[in-house]
Amino acid sequence: MRDWRGSFMTLSVLLYDIQTFLIYKGILAVAVFGITLVVAMYSTYAERKVAAFLQDRIGPNRAGPFGILQPLADGVKMFMKEELIPGTSNKALFIIGPSLAMLTACMTGAVIPWGPSVTIAGEIYPLQITDVNIGILYLFGVVSLGVYGIMIGGWASNNKYSLLGAIRASSQMISYEVAMGISIIALVMCTGTLSLAEIVEQQKGWWNVVIQPVGFLIFLICAFAETNRAPFDLPECETELVGGYHTEYSSMKLGFYLFAEYINMFISSAIISTFYFGGYNMPFVDQLNLDSNVLAILGVVFLFAKIVFFIFLFMWVRWTIPRFRYDQLMNLGWKILIPLSLLNLLVTGVVMMWGEIIKLF
Amino acid sequence: MITYLFSFLSFLAIMFALMVVLSKNPVHSVLYLVLTFFTIAGHYVLLNAQFLAAVHIIVYAGAIMVLFLFVIMLLNLNKETEPQKSVWLKASAAIASGLLLVVLVGSLRGADTIVATNAFNPNIGLIEKLGKTLFGEFLLPFEVASILLLVAMVGAVMLGKRSIK
Repeated sequence: MRDWRGSFMTLSVLLYDIQTFLIYKGILAVAVFGITLVVAMYSTYAERKVAAFLQDRIGPNRAGPFGILQPLADGVKMFMKEELIPGTSNKALFIIGPSLAMLTACMTGAVIPWGPSVTIAGEIYPLQITDVNIGILYLFGVVSLGVYGIMIGGWASNNKYSLLGAIRASSQMISYEVAMGISIIALVMCTGTLSLAEIVEQQKGWWNVVIQPVGFLIFLICAFAETNRAPFDLPECETELVGGYHTEYSSMKLGFYLFAEYINMFISSAIISTFYFGGYNMPFVDQLNLDSNVLAILGVVFLFAKIVFFIFLFMWVRWTIPRFRYDQLMNLGWKILIPLSLLNLLVTGVVMMWGEIIKLF
Repeated sequence: MITYLFSFLSFLAIMFALMVVLSKNPVHSVLYLVLTFFTIAGHYVLLNAQFLAAVHIIVYAGAIMVLFLFVIMLLNLNKETEPQKSVWLKASAAIASGLLLVVLVGSLRGADTIVATNAFNPNIGLIEKLGKTLFGEFLLPFEVASILLLVAMVGAVMLGKRSIK
């Protein structure tokens, strides 16, 4: 990875290289963007099918075979609906809100390694848009910006319920970011790198979930809270807040908020798979002696299998566990998850430095 | 190329900073301040200090400004609740800030003669280097700063408690 980048820097004087580089990165970025949107689109369908399955119903089955065209019908419905902007709201911010939610949801895909490198005509092309050496911090930064979309939208609606939803969302996200960050620090201590490509490469043998089981659990719970999914979906709690922060939204702006939630779910699943479940690695695949390009395609398939499993887990939990009360949510975040993650950090440090500690006595 | 980027980012930073002060709506001010932080993070990236840039975004834009926004939204400040200052206060504020401007201009007049004593090291902002410096050369100040933050946090919790039994 590094060599390739260094060689790019030195060769970049040649226009030809810049062209191939731009075309390759462009294709990759568009592909990741497109796949993200398609997965998010079909997550809405999957959500309704999973809900139906768990509630012993059939679910959508009218549009196309098995209702497979349902997301398209939903999309057309969203686009065709009347667009309402409340007269007393702040117009510019009212529009910026859902756009920002969508933007931050889509930005995270840039640093995730989607598969091993592909070799075409002797050139190595990694299936990752950019391997910045602060990949984890980039992810964390984008996640922490995600709250702005909800807050701006909720405030600009000029509606009490929206504002309450926005305030709930922001306090929830700030609280759970702390525990999430500390659990990631424990992971970084084990891997010794902030680059996602390297973290995945290190998991060729044991997956990180074996090394960091508690950290994984904390991260998973925090991911549920950060995506505002049940049992932590208090910002859009229908029974108390009508629709929460998107009460006043209609048409595709509402669609953007709903869609951003599904994109966040997809990206969270991808991050959980990358951090703790080996990314595109699968045990024993190396022993098959396959061509590296076949391995790359298999890697992408493995990663998506893991992602689909975690998306299913998100839905499974949503339709199984009832919603938390707000004080329970805050108690769980501040009084259980943060001390637990600190303890996890301490234990990780002690185990890593055990040899040094023994020498002291 | 980098010079152009620098000028562009500086222009944006100054413009957004002005908008923070000039916008009437406090929520708009906070949002412009977030944009200002982004442009400053861009400057860090130009200096090859990606870690600082990322931490700047996470801490300032992702945490502190969210709290600012949170408080301002809860207070729901608008034109009706805006406190009206007297003319005397406005005049004295104008004079005081005008004097500050004079001082700043006076001190910056000789700025072009200042030369950087250390040559720019592009590796200085990378995370390995930064970590080794913080935990090696500056270990004591680093730990003292962390204790200071802890003390501030405990103090805030104590003040926030309604009654101490």
